[in-house]
Amino acid sequence: MSLYRDEGVVLRVQKLGEADRIITLLTRRHGRIRAVAKGVRRTRSKFGASVEPFSHVDVQLYAGRNLDIVTQAESLTAYGEQLVGDYSRYTAGTAVLETAERLTAEEREPALRLFLLVIGALRTLTERDPSLVLDAFLLRAMSVSGYAPALLDCARCGAAGPHRAFSVPAGGVVCAACRPAGAASPPPATLALMADLMAGEWEAAEATETRTRRDASGLVAAHLQWHLERGLRSLPLVERR
Amino acid sequence: MYEGAVQDLIDELGRLPGVGPKSAQRIAFHLLAADPADVKRLVTALTEVKDKVRFCRICGNVTEQDECRVCRDPRRDLTAICVVEESKDVVAIEKTREFRGRYHVLGGAISPIEGIGPDDLRVRELMTRLADGTVEELILATDPNLEGEATAAYLARLVKPMGLRVTRLASGLPVGGDLEYADEVTLGRAFEGRRQVDV
Ligand SMILES: [Zn+2]
Repeated sequence: MSLYRDEGVVLRVQKLGEADRIITLLTRRHGRIRAVAKGVRRTRSKFGASVEPFSHVDVQLYAGRNLDIVTQAESLTAYGEQLVGDYSRYTAGTAVLETAERLTAEEREPALRLFLLVIGALRTLTERDPSLVLDAFLLRAMSVSGYAPALLDCARCGAAGPHRAFSVPAGGVVCAACRPAGAASPPPATLALMADLMAGEWEAAEATETRTRRDASGLVAAHLQWHLERGLRSLPLVERR
Repeated sequence: MYEGAVQDLIDELGRLPGVGPKSAQRIAFHLLAADPADVKRLVTALTEVKDKVRFCRICGNVTEQDECRVCRDPRRDLTAICVVEESKDVVAIEKTREFRGRYHVLGGAISPIEGIGPDDLRVRELMTRLADGTVEELILATDPNLEGEATAAYLARLVKPMGLRVTRLASGLPVGGDLEYADEVTLGRAFEGRRQVDV
């Protein structure tokens, strides 16, 4: 497999040397990979524009010993161009990319469902409230990674919900008997919004009030940070409208 | 892994931007073989850059004085500010001779994935400079890549209530590239053809 082809979303670009970049891609078949794109910062680069963050690209790579090398890149959709003019969408999109990178702990471990979620989120970011799109993505991405917060039945004993208390360390909503110290008691509308976002019920989610959305964002972020070793850098910089 | 001082040098070099482990090793062994006088000059240059060089009080450009050469020049046009990411972009634009105003060096671009937001750049300083109404045109000359575009869009929205003319370098600059790699003719043309930004 010295030469291979895949499609992927550019999660991150880093400068390398004089004119090269290391790009991190979440691919459809090969999971997260890092590859060198040579000469892309120079003016006459063949594919500089197609290996920008958020780009959905069709790439041909040469499998190197350490890092792979991009030999061809063709842009399928440049989501970045659609996001860059709107700071809320751009920052929310960046949090999507960073989350995808962090949830793929190992390189080259296939993560098809996460890949599809990223593509879906980037597409939806231009159409719907970016804050809601981000929270929906975070909930679903945690779900496919095995960290879904319990939103109905008790996270500890499984007692049928709905329950009032939410505990991040316990893994979501908890019943009165299991409720640990320090559990929050979010309004039922907040938990309902999280369930709607998880299920993709956009109309119900978009009918919620600002305060409910803010509460839900807080719980989603707390739940995510609990499962990642260190916090996301981009999440505090997301502009919530 | 090498012993002691050699490995220390490789480690330090490896922390420089754009220097990978292999390059770090190559530079370290080059220095090891180099003439001691050459190495001394490098050491002096490194020490002096930290001792002498400061950032211009007005624009944030590198300088050895309180204010940089551009800001000290009385012939510069005070009604135009060109916003760039780094001091090296000032050099690139000065070479085109297209711009007679002053600069504002942000110190980078907004990059949420690296944890760099507007508060980590010299954005507040820019707002202060614009406050007295002298400046009529703000030229956004951040890099023609995604982070540069996002930074320009953020600034355009931020200064919108101030009612000044906000322009962005014309396309024709390669997307995804660094401003410093654009040749003088291309950059000059992009400058000349700058367009008003609609927010
Ligand atoms: Zn200055």
